[in-house]
Amino acid sequence: MQKEMAYSFPDEVLKHVFSFIQSDKDRNAVSLVCKSWYEIERWCRRKVFIGNCYAVSPRMVIRRFPEVRSIELKGKPHFADFNLVPDGWGGYVLQWIAEMAGAYPWLGEIRLKRMVVTDESLELIAKSFKNFKVLVLFSCEGFSTDGLAAIAASCKNLRELDLRESEVDDLSGHWLAQFPETCTSLVSLNISCLGSDEVSFSALERLVDRCPNLRSLQLNRAVTLDKIANILRRAPQLVDFGTGNYAAELQPDVFSNLAGAFSSCKELKSLSGFWDVVPAYLPALYSICPRLTSLNLSYATIQSPDLIKLVSHCPRLQRLLVLDYVEDSGLEELASSCKDLQELRVFPSDPFGVEPNVSLTEQGLVAVSLGCPKLQSVLYFCRRMSNAALVTIAQNCPNLTRFRLCIIEPKTPDYLTLDPLDAGFGAIVEHCKDLRRLSLSGLLTDHVFEYIGTYGKKLEMLSVAFAGDSDLGLHHVLSGCESLRKLEIRDCPFGDKALLANAAKLETMRSLWMSSCAVSFGACKLLGQKMPKLNVEVIDETEPPDSRPESYPVDKLYIYRSVAGPRFDMPPFVWSMDEAVKILH
Amino acid sequence: MEGSVGYDNDLNLRATELRLGLPGTEPVSIVRSNKRSLQQVADDDCGVNGCRSDDQNETAPPPPKAQIVGWPPIRSYRKNNIQTKKNESEGGGIYVKVSMDGAPYLRKIDLKIYSGYPELLQAIENMFKFTIGEYSEREGYKGSDYAPTYEDKDGDWMLVGDVPWEMFITSCKRLRIMKGSEARGLGCGV
Repeated sequence: MQKEMAYSFPDEVLKHVFSFIQSDKDRNAVSLVCKSWYEIERWCRRKVFIGNCYAVSPRMVIRRFPEVRSIELKGKPHFADFNLVPDGWGGYVLQWIAEMAGAYPWLGEIRLKRMVVTDESLELIAKSFKNFKVLVLFSCEGFSTDGLAAIAASCKNLRELDLRESEVDDLSGHWLAQFPETCTSLVSLNISCLGSDEVSFSALERLVDRCPNLRSLQLNRAVTLDKIANILRRAPQLVDFGTGNYAAELQPDVFSNLAGAFSSCKELKSLSGFWDVVPAYLPALYSICPRLTSLNLSYATIQSPDLIKLVSHCPRLQRLLVLDYVEDSGLEELASSCKDLQELRVFPSDPFGVEPNVSLTEQGLVAVSLGCPKLQSVLYFCRRMSNAALVTIAQNCPNLTRFRLCIIEPKTPDYLTLDPLDAGFGAIVEHCKDLRRLSLSGLLTDHVFEYIGTYGKKLEMLSVAFAGDSDLGLHHVLSGCESLRKLEIRDCPFGDKALLANAAKLETMRSLWMSSCAVSFGACKLLGQKMPKLNVEVIDETEPPDSRPESYPVDKLYIYRSVAGPRFDMPPFVWSMDEAVKILH
Repeated sequence: MEGSVGYDNDLNLRATELRLGLPGTEPVSIVRSNKRSLQQVADDDCGVNGCRSDDQNETAPPPPKAQIVGWPPIRSYRKNNIQTKKNESEGGGIYVKVSMDGAPYLRKIDLKIYSGYPELLQAIENMFKFTIGEYSEREGYKGSDYAPTYEDKDGDWMLVGDVPWEMFITSCKRLRIMKGSEARGLGCGV
């Protein structure tokens, strides 16, 4: 009887049902039900997300999922963004492309983050995948405009080319002209990271002209303000637009042309770019401001009064990125005008200055927390904070999912009481029950970690710097945070004990980064020995860790779970603590 | 394991000092240096009880504020963007394009590095390998086929030298060395 049940649905029916299941989590759950479901599911999985390119090998992915059409890979650890990961560390995509070229002829989408992508890789993509549609290179490096030219020339049905925040060797603007006249399929083009003086603007104009489905376009800084109107008139269907530099001498005809062009874009909801802003040209945006949901002014060095004027025209704003020139007064205005605000990022205009150069304090953030009940995501750089302010923010915004606070001077205490900020951050984790991401700063003792371990049950990513007193702090986090996936720590007095006591926890996480802490080489070796499913990598650019006593702290440590074993592309300054690797050497 | 990276003898010596300071009390690394100097405490309990504060530093004068690598946590392209703006506002340079009729490509110069017209014109002469001639208020540039001109804020083409230097550098958008009859037209009896 039971046997009949198992075969009651033909594979095709199950396949069809599974095709409605898109999320990776659900797909993974489906594959665990029974062997036959595992088999059916793996043949019809079309999208794979690999959060750490070293957690698995290309071969293993291909073996399990033979019909993938879309892949997303992440490479370097997050702290690479702040120059803590030395050049040459790894994250090369070439091997992946090479293996997928043979196995996935129908691969249509490649999304990469923090990976090293060479021109060779791009050329291989252009050659190998006939149906290539989407290329997203987020914070990548290692390639030039030559590689882009290969993509442009070969990919006949390219829909998306997004190079956001990548470092590109800009050899010439002519790669844009490589898009054939027959290419009319572009939906999204983001070249904002390109630095060249000369962008082949005429090629860009023609490209925009012939792509009626273009919805998202981000220009680079080299494109001058007077050119914007031309582009917008060719693409009034744009939803998301990034200007180049937004500066020119105020001329009435240029202004009215620009204002007219903007107003013809009835779908425009998101703006970015705005390098070198001349405030007099901001009113050209007023006609579209009522529809704007996202505004990135984080390069705009304009002062608070101009920012206030602009923001007050945008009642539907959900997302705002801005420099601290906005000041507390600007944030107060934001709080009263933009009731739909969900995400706020305030960047420092003078991060290395000792004295504050603007009047931006904790008050601005408190005002926003009070006025914007839908606030979910915060990134805030400031120079002073108090426990009272943090408690208020926590109580006002229980729906926060991401909270990243950077008090610029390390170990700054509560400016009112001179206490550590343990209670303030404690309130955040206690009240914000859905908090998934948290970055700490200021003066913090082991207590803050006790709060985090107790309340941070949904916390997935935690960033810690210059905090804590002892191993107890790290122990609280590793033993308490059930959902923790990524933990990155720098300059904290955390050592061997907490790490070794919670070794098993590390297998439930994607990765752990610790730099300038107090973990000894001996402990790293022990972990490498005892935990074969973890790759324990020590990074030291000065000398081999085994040339010093075992009790010496290592400089940098990166631990991640992997089913692929130790990697083969480690540079000389990275040492694997895997026993097998040691034997080979 | 032998790495192929060269090791500095100095750093080996310092490494045996065994001093681990509290994070933040010392600059633990130097911006843009590949070699991090690690100073470590000769402390048996290091790593178990945490680090003790460095007593030596309490009486010494506070060290100059050194930049800590990767702090504050901002991406480099943002830092670069802010730097550029700062340079501009501190008068980091007034770069203008210089074209010369008949020359295949343009040059760029920083007007701020010159103290006056003679220096500027000398520099342009050297750059394009020609001579300009002598300036007179009445007749412009005599003695050569060339006239240095510039486009001002209003978009008009003016003869270089007519206005005071300070006014010139703030209003000049680009330079053009005119040649031949056009040049002569500009020089004669305005």
